[in-house]
Amino acid sequence: MHKYSWLRILRTGLSIVFLLLTLILFINPSQWLPPKFIHAVTWLQFTPSLIKFSVQAGIATLGFLVVILITLVFGRIYCAGICPLGTIQDIISWIHRRFLRQKPLKYAKASYFLRYSLLLISLISFLAGTTFLISLLDPFSNFGRIMSNLVRPLFFLGSNGVADFMESRNVFMLAKTYYKGFYAASFAYSAVFLLILGWLSWFHGRLFCNTLCPVGALLGIVSKVSFFRISLDRKACNSCGHCSRVCKAQCIDVKSREVDISRCVSCFNCLNVCPSDGVYYKHSSGKETLKAKPVDREAGNQRRTILRAMFLFSAFITSRAMATRIKGGEKPTTVQDEKKQVPTPPGSESHLKFNRTCTSCHLCISVCPTQVLQPSFLQYGLQGFLQPYMDSHSGFCNFECDLCGQVCPTGAIRPLLPEVKKLTQIGIARFIKENCVVYTDNTDCGACSEHCPTKAVNMVKYRGQLTIPEVNDKICVGCGACEYACPTRPYRAIFVEGNEIHHLADMPVQEEIKLKKTEEDFPF
Amino acid sequence: MKRRDFIIQGVSAGLVAGTAGSFGGLINFSSAAPVQDLWDLVAVRDGLPEVMFDKAIASLGGMTRYVKKGQKVVVKPNIGWDVPPERAGNTNPKLVARIVKHCLDAGAANVYVFDNTCDEWNLCYKNSGIEKAVKDAGGKIVPGNTEGYYQTVKIPRGRNLKEAKVHELILSSDVFINVPVLKHHSSASLSLSMKNLMGVVWDRGYWHRNDLHQCIADFVSWRKPTLNVIDGYRVMMRNGPRGVSVADVVNMKQMIVSADIVAADAAATKIFGSNPEDIRHIKIASEMKLGSMALDKLSINRIKI
Repeated sequence: MHKYSWLRILRTGLSIVFLLLTLILFINPSQWLPPKFIHAVTWLQFTPSLIKFSVQAGIATLGFLVVILITLVFGRIYCAGICPLGTIQDIISWIHRRFLRQKPLKYAKASYFLRYSLLLISLISFLAGTTFLISLLDPFSNFGRIMSNLVRPLFFLGSNGVADFMESRNVFMLAKTYYKGFYAASFAYSAVFLLILGWLSWFHGRLFCNTLCPVGALLGIVSKVSFFRISLDRKACNSCGHCSRVCKAQCIDVKSREVDISRCVSCFNCLNVCPSDGVYYKHSSGKETLKAKPVDREAGNQRRTILRAMFLFSAFITSRAMATRIKGGEKPTTVQDEKKQVPTPPGSESHLKFNRTCTSCHLCISVCPTQVLQPSFLQYGLQGFLQPYMDSHSGFCNFECDLCGQVCPTGAIRPLLPEVKKLTQIGIARFIKENCVVYTDNTDCGACSEHCPTKAVNMVKYRGQLTIPEVNDKICVGCGACEYACPTRPYRAIFVEGNEIHHLADMPVQEEIKLKKTEEDFPF
Repeated sequence: MKRRDFIIQGVSAGLVAGTAGSFGGLINFSSAAPVQDLWDLVAVRDGLPEVMFDKAIASLGGMTRYVKKGQKVVVKPNIGWDVPPERAGNTNPKLVARIVKHCLDAGAANVYVFDNTCDEWNLCYKNSGIEKAVKDAGGKIVPGNTEGYYQTVKIPRGRNLKEAKVHELILSSDVFINVPVLKHHSSASLSLSMKNLMGVVWDRGYWHRNDLHQCIADFVSWRKPTLNVIDGYRVMMRNGPRGVSVADVVNMKQMIVSADIVAADAAATKIFGSNPEDIRHIKIASEMKLGSMALDKLSINRIKI
């Protein structure tokens, strides 16, 4: 007995390493993690890698193939140690078991119907052009959202407290972060998801992985033909049930001495507890028959129709009213600054492409130094639920920065060369003269033009000495600095209308400066 | 620094100086009143920024006239933009470092440097070169990125601006050295000493909504810096305050140093090639008697290197 107990220790170590590595990606204060490191960590994450493969081939996208190969040989090692959401569930069930003396788990029948329906609808809906369902169920993306929406603000609360304390002692090493990311829909979804996940793992171990998770379902199918696998020795096993009690997947049926290998998450707990050498992790003998239940395609089609109907419906109900979160001004402005379309991050190429490939893991939101990237609610319609958008009320796109494109694990945002990034037009500024301070108050303002990195927003002669903004559509890149800086409320006098498809803006024209000949003296 | 620390420090500083410090708007920097300046204004040209400052401060009697032993100094450069020094969007890092060094040499207990930036603060601090320059010179670089650092002060003489949230370092320091960079500015025509003070307050939007030029002058009525050092080494001639490329920048190699903020701005305006009368906030500040824009009536030390 205990022949392979080191396997469990290895698995635990692996899961902790991957949990911590993935966790710090989403906390990442002051953007101190290099994009290459972020890439290395997310490379093996299944869904992002698979989606990235669908948009750009190359070694950078082959992580999912490696996962499939590992699964073919060793079983669902991905679920056991690489998936950070799996480890969170393990921690929750461990707490219940260790400190609250949970009743031992026992074998449970699989809910294949739900499991494979969700997998099928996820795949079909992805091929049909939406990541909506995948994004709601994908373990990596959900982990990301939990970290980015729930854990990250807590982290900043703590670190700001420490910074405050240090500053009161006159030490300014740690800077405070002005966190702006409280977005109700995204916060609520992450919280509700975490509650459900917590409840499932508290009472049922890895039930999420074997019913709701599309990656678990897919790898479950692959693991049915895996080379090494957990199995019960029909002679040595006396059906005592020790293994079944520690099985997180509830997949060991000791009565029939069978293991439902498609649900086995390769945690190796069972190897440790068998008193009679009855549990083995060994290569498949080939004698076992692979009884795969047929997937109910009819149900899948039905669900797809419902999903389509939901998308159509969402197109009608999409409300694009932007929240005005900042306190009112002196003379309230009157003309609404409603966007027909929010801009998508530079490198995402178009709304269509972005909506089809983003799984809302919020990694870009976590690394964005200006916090202009924020989770959407219905700005893209339901199919883009929780996908990031450029919220120019929260920040503006730093002209020199391309971090989001460099870290995106699904290829929804592609990295851009600095020269290209600075010309990529994600939207165009629209000026509402009736809201402008210069027009309403007859005083100088120009906050928009100050912040403009290309001077697409330029101050031109108005009345007497006064100047008023004018937008040059050709050189505007849609960074949103003007909208962010505009002081009028509740509606701003300038805002960025997103481009459905990104364009390349013209280079700003620069003439040589001709100085008046200054004598070698002072003009006073 | 917490409010109570500031009050304790302020009260003890007031006792030491023997002046009645009253809070809520009428604090004076300890050295602003007693110093009788040797010159009203010093203008230097044709040298490196740090060399020009050495000459200027020497002609004013050295930094010890402004900074006393053990005092707390705050240096406020322009670090508003995420651009490298060549773009001249921010104050020259070498100049900032040299000022920090002079203050420390004069016996300052601590020299702090900060700005409430427009672009992302940590990128501005880093890419302007100022963070490193200040640290290397022995100063402390301090963030200004969260509202918690700012405390409300009353501005009794202000016409449009009656109160503002000011960075606590400005409130708690004994000496305040204002180090703007001379550049074109799309809102305020030019960015100079008075305009640079927008970087010590939190809600700039209010200024933009309530007659920017008047607010700029109003804020000076609350408190004037001990000394203003205008960096005119590299000058952004157009597309300010951020600039689009190095094509906007001209090497002028000039510097203005003065305790009179209005005089300093008027002189820098002339160097830029404009007329101080045309810059509304300079005119308003002069009318409000916050300083003198009549350069011909001032004692000016003109230094060529």
